[in-house]
Amino acid sequence: MSVGTNGIGKPVSRIDGPAKVTGRAKYAAEFSAPDLAYGFVVSSAVAKGRIKSIDRSAALAVPGVIEVFAHDNRPSLPSSHEKYTDQVAAPGSPFRPLYDGEILFSGQPVALVVAEELEIARFAASLVDIRYETEATVTDLDMRIDQAFEPEKKRAPEWDPPARGDVDSALSRAPTNIRTEYRTPVEHHNPMETFASTAVWENDGRLTVYDKTQGAPNCHEYLCSVFGLAKDKVRVLSPYVGGAFGAGLRPNYQLFMAALAAIGLKRSVRVTLTRQQMFTLGYRPQTLQTLTLGAENDGRLVALKHDAIANTSRFEDYQEPTVVWSGALYPCDHSTVTSRLARFDLFTPCDMRAPGGAVGMYALESAMDELSYAVGVDPLELRLKNYSERDQNYGKPISSKALRDCYLQGAERFGWSKRRPEPRSMREGRELIGYGMATGIWEAFRVPTSARAILAPDGTLEIACATADIGTGTYTILAQIAAEMLGLPLDKVIVKIGDSDLPSAPVEGGSWTAASAGSAVMEACDGLRKELLKRAGAVSNAPLRGVNLADLTWVDGEIRMTSDPSRAMLLSEALLGLNGPITSEVSSAPDEQVLQEYSHYAHSAVFAEVRLDEELGMLRVARVVSAVAAGRILNPKTARSQILGAVVGGIGMALHEETVIDHRYGRFMNHNLAEYHVPVHADVHAIDVIFVDEQEHRLNPLGVKGVGEIGIVGTAAAIANAVFHATGVRVRDLPITIDKRLELRQPTSNHAA
Amino acid sequence: MIDFDYVRANDVGDALSQITKHQAAKFIAGGTNLIDLMKEDVEQPTRLIDITGLPLNEIHETQTGGLKIGALVPNSDLAYDERITKRYPLLSSANLAGASPQLRNMASTGGNLLQRTRCLYFYDTATPCNKRRPGSGCGAAEGFNRMNAILGWSKSCIAVHPSDMCVALSALDAVVNVAGPKGDRAIKSTDFHRLPGDTPEIDTNLARDEIITAIELPSEEFRRHYSYLKIRDRLSYAFALVSVAAALKIEAGAIKSARLALGGVAHKPWRAPDAEQSLEGKQPDRKAFVQAADIILQGAVGFAHNRFKIELARRAIVRALEQAAAGTPQSQSVKVIV
Repeated sequence: MSVGTNGIGKPVSRIDGPAKVTGRAKYAAEFSAPDLAYGFVVSSAVAKGRIKSIDRSAALAVPGVIEVFAHDNRPSLPSSHEKYTDQVAAPGSPFRPLYDGEILFSGQPVALVVAEELEIARFAASLVDIRYETEATVTDLDMRIDQAFEPEKKRAPEWDPPARGDVDSALSRAPTNIRTEYRTPVEHHNPMETFASTAVWENDGRLTVYDKTQGAPNCHEYLCSVFGLAKDKVRVLSPYVGGAFGAGLRPNYQLFMAALAAIGLKRSVRVTLTRQQMFTLGYRPQTLQTLTLGAENDGRLVALKHDAIANTSRFEDYQEPTVVWSGALYPCDHSTVTSRLARFDLFTPCDMRAPGGAVGMYALESAMDELSYAVGVDPLELRLKNYSERDQNYGKPISSKALRDCYLQGAERFGWSKRRPEPRSMREGRELIGYGMATGIWEAFRVPTSARAILAPDGTLEIACATADIGTGTYTILAQIAAEMLGLPLDKVIVKIGDSDLPSAPVEGGSWTAASAGSAVMEACDGLRKELLKRAGAVSNAPLRGVNLADLTWVDGEIRMTSDPSRAMLLSEALLGLNGPITSEVSSAPDEQVLQEYSHYAHSAVFAEVRLDEELGMLRVARVVSAVAAGRILNPKTARSQILGAVVGGIGMALHEETVIDHRYGRFMNHNLAEYHVPVHADVHAIDVIFVDEQEHRLNPLGVKGVGEIGIVGTAAAIANAVFHATGVRVRDLPITIDKRLELRQPTSNHAA
Repeated sequence: MIDFDYVRANDVGDALSQITKHQAAKFIAGGTNLIDLMKEDVEQPTRLIDITGLPLNEIHETQTGGLKIGALVPNSDLAYDERITKRYPLLSSANLAGASPQLRNMASTGGNLLQRTRCLYFYDTATPCNKRRPGSGCGAAEGFNRMNAILGWSKSCIAVHPSDMCVALSALDAVVNVAGPKGDRAIKSTDFHRLPGDTPEIDTNLARDEIITAIELPSEEFRRHYSYLKIRDRLSYAFALVSVAAALKIEAGAIKSARLALGGVAHKPWRAPDAEQSLEGKQPDRKAFVQAADIILQGAVGFAHNRFKIELARRAIVRALEQAAAGTPQSQSVKVIV
C-alpha cells in the first residue's frame, strides 16, 4: 500500500471551515429537541465534608421548575465505583456524581435544577439551600511533600523506567554538579466552548446525547455502564468540539447530569456549564520537581536524577509522564527518575496538552540551560554534545529522529549565532534582550482504530470513524488521505466522525489521531481499491486486466498503471453498472513487533527571544522559532496551526497561566477568564514554524507522528531560559510573573540611572 | 442569577422616580460589569431600569472652556472623540488602556465610574467578603491578595477600584454631575469614590437614588506633558497591578504644576497633593520624580502577595513622569514601554 502526494501534504484549508464560520456547524449545546428542559448544576461551596441537609422548597416553588435532583432523591445508581470508570480513567475510585452526600472537592456538583427555561433553572439553583458539615482540607503541596507516595497501580508502567548505573557515586565523581528545584502551578484548560450535553429522550426510550467530548465511544460506554442501558439504546455524538486538548477525554459531569435528568424525567434535557464551573473539571496538576545533573567539564552528562511530585485527588491516582523524558533523551550512564503523588482535596487532574511532557521538559530543559552556564558551553552546543540516536531508558533504537535537523535549522532561522553568551549582555534602549532554547519530545503513538469507506456509484466517497475533531483538522486530513487513496478531488469526500454509532475509535488525544484514524482510513480505502481493481479487470477490453494493485497509481479520477500511464481507465468506468455502494471496513492496529523493537518520538527544538524592561518588569516574547520533526506532515496548514496554538500555550505556561488555590477553603479562586490569564494578541508576536524533513517508515503506513502536543513541549523552558539570559536571574517557579521578575533588580535609588 | 424585571426610563426625571419607588432596583447602561455580577449572584437587583434611552450621550463645550461628557457616551466614543484626543489625551489614553474594544463599545462613561472591584473574594459567593456581605469578613486579607490594595485600605476591606478611566479623571480634577430627588449636584471626581473604612459595601458617594448625568472636564488640559502607564500581568486585557496617570505643565525648564494619580493600589484613584506640590518649581528630572513617588507612596503597606506593588508603583511613577516630561506618552496600541 502506498500513498502519493496528490491530496496529502497540501496546505488545504479546513473542509469544515465554512460550516464553522457560518454557524452551520452545531456544537453540543446547539442541538435541540421538542419539549427540551434545561438543567443547571449547583456546585458545592465547600471542599470537604458532608451535606447535612438540602432544602429545595424555595427552588421548587419557582414556576417552571420541574425537579431538583440531588443524592437524596436521584434515580437508582450503581454503588460500585468501577461502573463509573472510562477508557482513560486514572487508577482509583472514579467520582460518582450525586451518589451520596460526601463532598470531595470544592465546586463538586451537588444538585441539578431542571426547569422549562435556562434562566429559571439558574435562578432556582440559587435558591437551593444546602448545609454542610465541613472538614479541614489540604491543597498545599508543601504540606504534602513528606507524605508523597508512589502509586500502587500505575497508569503506564513504562513511564517509570528502571534506574541505570550508580547515580550517587557518579554524581560525586562528576566535575560539575547542579541541583535545582522547579515548580509549576495548577493550570485549567478553558477551551472556548464550555462543556455541554444535550440528552435527547427518544419516544422509544432510546437516548441520543450530543456531548462535548474527545471520545463519543468512551462516553457511550460510560452512560451504558452507569445507567445500566443496553448499547443500542444510547448514542453519543460530538460532531464539532470547540477546543479540548485533554479536557474532554473523560466523560465530564454535565454528561452524567443531562442523562440522569433525561432518564429520570423521560424528557430531553440540556446541561451547560458556566465558565466558572469549567474550573471544577480536570486540570494540569501542580508539580515540584528536583533535577540533579552531573557532567564532565565539556558538558557531557554522566549522571541524572529527576524526581517529580504532582498532586492528585483523594479518590484517584492521576499520573502523567513527567520524568520519563529525562531518562530517555540524553546519553547518560547513570540515571534515576522517579515520580510521586500528593493527595489534595481537589478534583482529579486530567491530561492537558502534552501531560507530563510540558512540565517535565520545562524542568529538564531549564536544568540543561543551567548546566550550560555552569560548564561554559553554549546551550545549543550542549544539546548537540549530548545527542543520542537511541532511547536511553530502554536502549532501543528510535524509529526515526531528525532532532539534529531541528536544532540546526531552528538555530539558523532564529539567528542563534548572534547570541552573546553572557547573561545581561544584550540590550536595546531600555530593554534587556535574552535568547533561550530548549528541546521538545513527545510520544508518537498509534492505537487500534476502525474506519469504514463507502464509495457510491456516483463516485462520492464517505469516510466514517468515531474519532473526534477538536478543532485540529481531523476532518480535513481524513478527507485528504481518502482523496489521495482513490485519486478523487477533495470535494468528492464526505467525512463522518464524532458518533458512537460509527466504527470505533479511541479517545482523540495523545497526538495519535492522524497516525491511528489516518491509517484506518487509508486501509479502508485500500479495501475499496482492491474491489475496484477487481471490477476494472472484469470490464471487457480492460486495459488493467491482470494488473496487480501494487502497480497502480490512483490520480485525477483515473486508475493508471504506474509504469505505463497509457494503460488507464476512469474510476467512473469502474463504477459503471454498480447498483449500490461498495463498502470497506477495517480494524487497524499498530505492528506490535515494531513497537517492541523501536521507541517512537516526535522531537522539536524551540528558540525564543524575550525583551524585558528591567525596571518595570514588563516582558514580551518577541520571537519564537519552533522546528519540529514529526514524520510526514499531512497538511502543512493545519499542522502549522497546531504548532502556533501550542506555542501560544507555551507562552501562557511560561508567563501567565496559574489557577490559584486558597488553602483555607480548598478552592480555586481566579475562576474566570478575567483573572485566569492566557496570552492575548498583544502577548503573541512572531512565531515561526519549521517542519524538518523526517522519513518515518515503521510506525504506520502514512509515516506520520502527530503534531498536537509537541509544540508546547520545550516552549516554556525556552522562554524561561531566555529570561535568564536577558537578566542573569533564574526564576524556577512558573509562571514567571512580574512580581518574580521585579526581584531581578534592587529598589530604585534617588540617583539617576 | 435571580429573577428580575426590566423597565425603561424615558428621561432623567423618570429614571429618578423609578429608582425611588423600587428599593432593589438598579440602573443598567452597558451592563458590562453588572450582568457578570448578577450571573454570579453578587448583585441581585430585582429590577433593572434601562437608562440607555436617556439623552446623555453627547459631548459639549462648557462655558469655562472645558468639556462636558454625557454619562452615556460609550467608552470607545470618548476615547476616539477628537476633542478628547487633542485636548485631553490623558483621558483618551487611560480609556484605551482598559478592557477590550468590545467592552469599550458597550460600556458607558457613567458606568465606568461605578465598576465594582475585581477582588476574587468579592466575586465568589462561597467566600467571605465585607463588601458583598457586610460582616462576613475579608477573605482577601489573609487569602490570595496579589491584586489588592497597598494604600487606604481598612481592616474590613483591601479591595481596589479597577477602572483606568477614573484614574485619569482624578488626575484631571474632573467633576461628576449627578441628579437626584433633591436636585442636581456636582461631586469632585477625587471625592466620588471613597475609602472602605467600616462600610466597604459603599463604593462611592453617589446616593442610591441619584444618577450620574455627566462628567465635566475643567479647562486645564495637559495636552503635551502627560502619560498613562499601566502595568499588568499581560500586555492587554488585564486589570492594573499598578497604573499611573501623570500630567505636567513645564515652563522654562521647570515644572509649573503637576498631577499624579495611581490606579490599582487603593479603593479609589489615589492622589496626593503634597506629592504634586513637591514637583512644582523643580527641574523635571529623575530625582524630583523619585521624591514625588516616595511622597505619594508614604504609608503604603502590602499583604502576603502584593508587597511588590509598592516598589512597582514607585518605578512606574518615575517612568510615567519621565514619559510625561519628555512628551513621549505611553502608547496604548504599541505596548512597548519607552
